[in-house]
Amino acid sequence: MKTPPALHVHQATVRFGEVEVLSEITFNLEQGQFLAVVGPNGAGKSTLIKVALGLVKPMRGHAALYGKDAGSMPERIGYVPQLKTFDRSFPASALELVVTGLRRSWPARVRAPERERAAAALEQVGAVGLIARQLSSLSGGELQRVYLARALVRRPDIVLLDEPATGVDFLAEHDLYALLERYQLETSATIVMITHDLAVARYHASRVLVLNRRVHGYGLPADVLSEQCLQEAYGHIGHAHALSFG
Amino acid sequence: MILELLDIVQYPFMRRALLAGILIAVMCGLLGVFVVQRRLSFLGDGLAHAAFGGMGLGTLLLLSGGWLGAEAALFRQPLFVALPFVFITALSIAWVRDNTNLSSDTTIGVFFAVAVALGVMFFSLIPPDASVNFDVMDLLFGSILGVRQSDLVIISATLMLCLIVIIPLWGRLGYATFDEELARTDGVATRRLEYLLFGTAAVVIAVSSLVVGIILMAAYLVIPAASARLLAKSLFQMTAFSVMIGVSSTVVGLLAAVFLDVPSGSTIVLSQAVLFACTTLLARRRIFGSRS
Repeated sequence: MKTPPALHVHQATVRFGEVEVLSEITFNLEQGQFLAVVGPNGAGKSTLIKVALGLVKPMRGHAALYGKDAGSMPERIGYVPQLKTFDRSFPASALELVVTGLRRSWPARVRAPERERAAAALEQVGAVGLIARQLSSLSGGELQRVYLARALVRRPDIVLLDEPATGVDFLAEHDLYALLERYQLETSATIVMITHDLAVARYHASRVLVLNRRVHGYGLPADVLSEQCLQEAYGHIGHAHALSFG
Repeated sequence: MILELLDIVQYPFMRRALLAGILIAVMCGLLGVFVVQRRLSFLGDGLAHAAFGGMGLGTLLLLSGGWLGAEAALFRQPLFVALPFVFITALSIAWVRDNTNLSSDTTIGVFFAVAVALGVMFFSLIPPDASVNFDVMDLLFGSILGVRQSDLVIISATLMLCLIVIIPLWGRLGYATFDEELARTDGVATRRLEYLLFGTAAVVIAVSSLVVGIILMAAYLVIPAASARLLAKSLFQMTAFSVMIGVSSTVVGLLAAVFLDVPSGSTIVLSQAVLFACTTLLARRRIFGSRS
């Protein structure tokens, strides 16, 4: 029997009020692939991730992970949200945030085995020194590592990352991609990452989806990141062109 | 001094007042954490004022007579009209906010105003010579020293309800309070949880308003939790501190009221305020101390 794809999106259409944010999106992503989703601001990239997570229901079409409806298997997913304005008034440590990845609820007390697993995940992302730190005291880059540890602590089959390099310096960004590739090698996990950086898509992803409300291109980076496809999705490719084609 | 204190506690009215105050402080301390962290501090005011409207309606209905038999004496109180009234108001606030682009404080402000308007209208319709078993001034400013045995039964039942809802759901509520989207990706039914939180807050506020007064209700919900936030390093600590600060300020405030012969509602809130000032200074010292 054929194994269902890690992520299957079929004719997904999402409308917010009058605006059609995603139109007839269709693609399949097989287990173990690294997908970079690129496109201009407002292209619907974050909405596509939310469709895959089951947070947004398409008005037409559907999304499935491993053959099951999106949102029905949270335990197999690791999600790293966009680094947004963090509520600095929430009293929490990095350890507690990572443990939510194991418990799927906020911990009152962290048990010893949970602490061990959380420490190992933080070690994996090079942030074990942050374990006892309050979230309010972390920088954007440190917070991003903690969110990544939270996503990886449950050893997910698919990792979804929404612009994980935002607010992260060049070296930390390099570490992030190296870490994702290492995790993928160890576990054969599938990775879906939104990025604005076409060079990152070209050199780190095995598949690229060029999106601007509809799919402008999907396939191998060398095939999809063509001048014509980017021109079509972005309208103009000045800066993007420079990054992608050197 | 200690002997005097022991003397005061001998009085049944004082024991009832202390017990009622402690039970209310526990409920408000538990709920207040989520109210403060979700930036819903205005909710306490809004729902307490909805209780004013509900009590007005309840009093009118009771006076119009005979809608409950004599055998249901415990339930022959305006509170049992105020409870569903506040509950519906709370769910309506949540629904309007979810289905419009209005913020929580705007939505609460609208319902707050409507509830007060209804309360004023209902109370104005009560004939001046009508016999009602409470004073509107008590409703506004509280009468913790006048708590009856039957009130204690109602407050205890409300605390049980609050514990049954909050304790098993504490982790999920905390997760959804930290980041609603993240909690949803992990299968937490955040919308249902929020309605449950609003519903529980409605019941707690309606019952507590009778004892602590509508005007001072928000203080019980907000000040202990806000003080706890300044000290706590985790949500669990914040919850524990919030309950402890609520309980201790209630006991100190009540005893101060008896000694100074001033209204108990104000001394309790002022005790909370003193603790808030202390925690603010401590937190400031911690922040600026660590910087230097």
